[in-house]
Amino acid sequence: MTAQDRPPPSGDMALDVRDLRMRYGTKDVLKGVSFTAQRGEVVALLGPNGAGKTTTIEILEGFRMRSAGEVSVLGQDPAHGDEAWRARLGVVLQSWRDHGRWRVRDLLGYLARFYVPYSTAEVSRPWDVDELIKVVGLAEQTKAKVQTLSGGQRRRLDVAIGIVGRPELVFLDEPTAGFDPHARREFHDLVHRLADFENTTVLLTTHDLDEAEKLADRILVLDGGVVVANGSAEKLARELTTQAEVRWTSEGRRNIHAVTEGDPTAFVRRLLAGDPDVSELEVKRASLEDTYMALVHRAETYRPESDGAVSDGAVSDGAGPDHSEPDLAGEGPTDRAEQSEGVQS
Amino acid sequence: MTATATTDRRTQNDARWAAVRAGLTRGWLETKYSILSPSDLIWILAFPVIYAVVLLFMRGSTVPGTDFALGAMVLPSLVGMSIAFGGLTGPASTIAVDREDGTLLRAKATPNGMLGYLVGKILMFALTTLVGLIVLVIPAVTVAGELRLDGRTFLLLALIFLVGMVATVPISVALGSLFKSASQTGLLFLGSMLLIVPSGIFYPITALPEWLQWVGQAFPYYWLGLGARSAMLPESMVTAEIGESWRTFEMFAVLGLWAVVGMVLAPIVLRRMARRESGSTVAAARERYMAKGY
Repeated sequence: MTAQDRPPPSGDMALDVRDLRMRYGTKDVLKGVSFTAQRGEVVALLGPNGAGKTTTIEILEGFRMRSAGEVSVLGQDPAHGDEAWRARLGVVLQSWRDHGRWRVRDLLGYLARFYVPYSTAEVSRPWDVDELIKVVGLAEQTKAKVQTLSGGQRRRLDVAIGIVGRPELVFLDEPTAGFDPHARREFHDLVHRLADFENTTVLLTTHDLDEAEKLADRILVLDGGVVVANGSAEKLARELTTQAEVRWTSEGRRNIHAVTEGDPTAFVRRLLAGDPDVSELEVKRASLEDTYMALVHRAETYRPESDGAVSDGAVSDGAGPDHSEPDLAGEGPTDRAEQSEGVQS
Repeated sequence: MTATATTDRRTQNDARWAAVRAGLTRGWLETKYSILSPSDLIWILAFPVIYAVVLLFMRGSTVPGTDFALGAMVLPSLVGMSIAFGGLTGPASTIAVDREDGTLLRAKATPNGMLGYLVGKILMFALTTLVGLIVLVIPAVTVAGELRLDGRTFLLLALIFLVGMVATVPISVALGSLFKSASQTGLLFLGSMLLIVPSGIFYPITALPEWLQWVGQAFPYYWLGLGARSAMLPESMVTAEIGESWRTFEMFAVLGLWAVVGMVLAPIVLRRMARRESGSTVAAARERYMAKGY
């Protein structure tokens, strides 16, 4: 191993990204992205289209030069990654049209051969091709031409190709785009298997929150070129979904109040104490999905001012559209939902 | 540290060899897929069949001023042209296609994958061009009596085939890397067709205006045709050539020059092009393909 110009990351650090920036012309696509991933961790990069997910992953794969920032992937800078480094990585691309004339087993066998010299005492490379074909559920298709595979089968072949060299780190770019629910479920099992049994680090991009929740140990929400949230699904749910909606009927009018900070119980107690006419009381916590949408929306609204200023932990500031504390009576015209919804019952 | 460095270097060498061997497998598999696919097979067989028909029509005609069969004169030129055409147009169009569908990116994502890819391509084009040449036996039968076929013929032909491949495949790879999309490689076919006119293959180059003779002599078509004629025609036919000579030395020199230019250019252009390739460019090409159909 060659000497690095900064202290090498600890042995269990697979990814270390610090203040990553990317600029195309005058457009800043990444404005200071920082995160790390431990070995064996599954990290999902979540965000709307154009958030910078693919740019980030392409820089980490060594397919794109970055404008600034420090990046270490398995201890090496991907901009100067050599072939031995490449052999420890798995890349599952978004594309799926290549090698259409090849037969499944031929293609996997051909690509596996490149990894043989990189076999070590700890990691025997590559996978046994026939076993791998079974693992990804293509046993029926070994002799099939790649172009005759269905979308889901093709994607599973892509994943098999990505992991045939028994990589220590796998990049999956939108892995389940176009999957039916069944194929998606099977794919999720495969990712769990990689992380649990092979101790493979997985970095995947998706714009599907549900998928990120199911697969990832940790979710990074990327929007407008910055990380707007970083944590486990539970942590994000706990930290982000502080918002709750309280709905009730009083004097024939339907009222809605948004509690943006803390526990809605206090508000409800005061509400009930102050108004004996309350009926049809409902308290609803926003789902993680609502929060994700709100987060992305907020980041989009704030984007012009927040260039580079927002980083990890931005979520904890809890800024919401309505910061006012319980305004008793409930019929106050300042109530957020009152204005937009104002349902008369 | 030094022990690790030595191990690393040994691994690197092993890995390169593994890639070359995998590349040979790739070349063989792709040739097999190509020959087994009806559309490619038609393409491989079409030209020889057309040539056979052309030669049949030439029966009874002689080269003006001699009693030598015209068909026997044209056949060797066709051998040279097949080598040039196979080497010049094939790689360029596949490179462009492979770039768009992600094959090149796949090679980039594999350790030493580019090396395996290139070895595979060279072998595949050598093999498919060879198949095309073997199929030329069909039309050759009609004129075989007139040709000079001995050990020297086959030795010279083998040499011309090898030099022809080395002179044309790298240039073609470089050209293919310059095209923005697969659909643009049609231009290359058109260009190749135009270059056949002053190549002396279907029409003796000595009958052309002098400036056109010079254009023809700048490109490998003429020289590969000349080389094949020198291998297969009786010595007396040399009178139909420029300077009444087979110019064997000049032939290898010009082809060698093309080979050097190609070998210098191809890796540079290919590397530059491959560096720009990433998942998003492939995805963009796919979207354009889906939207416009090309």
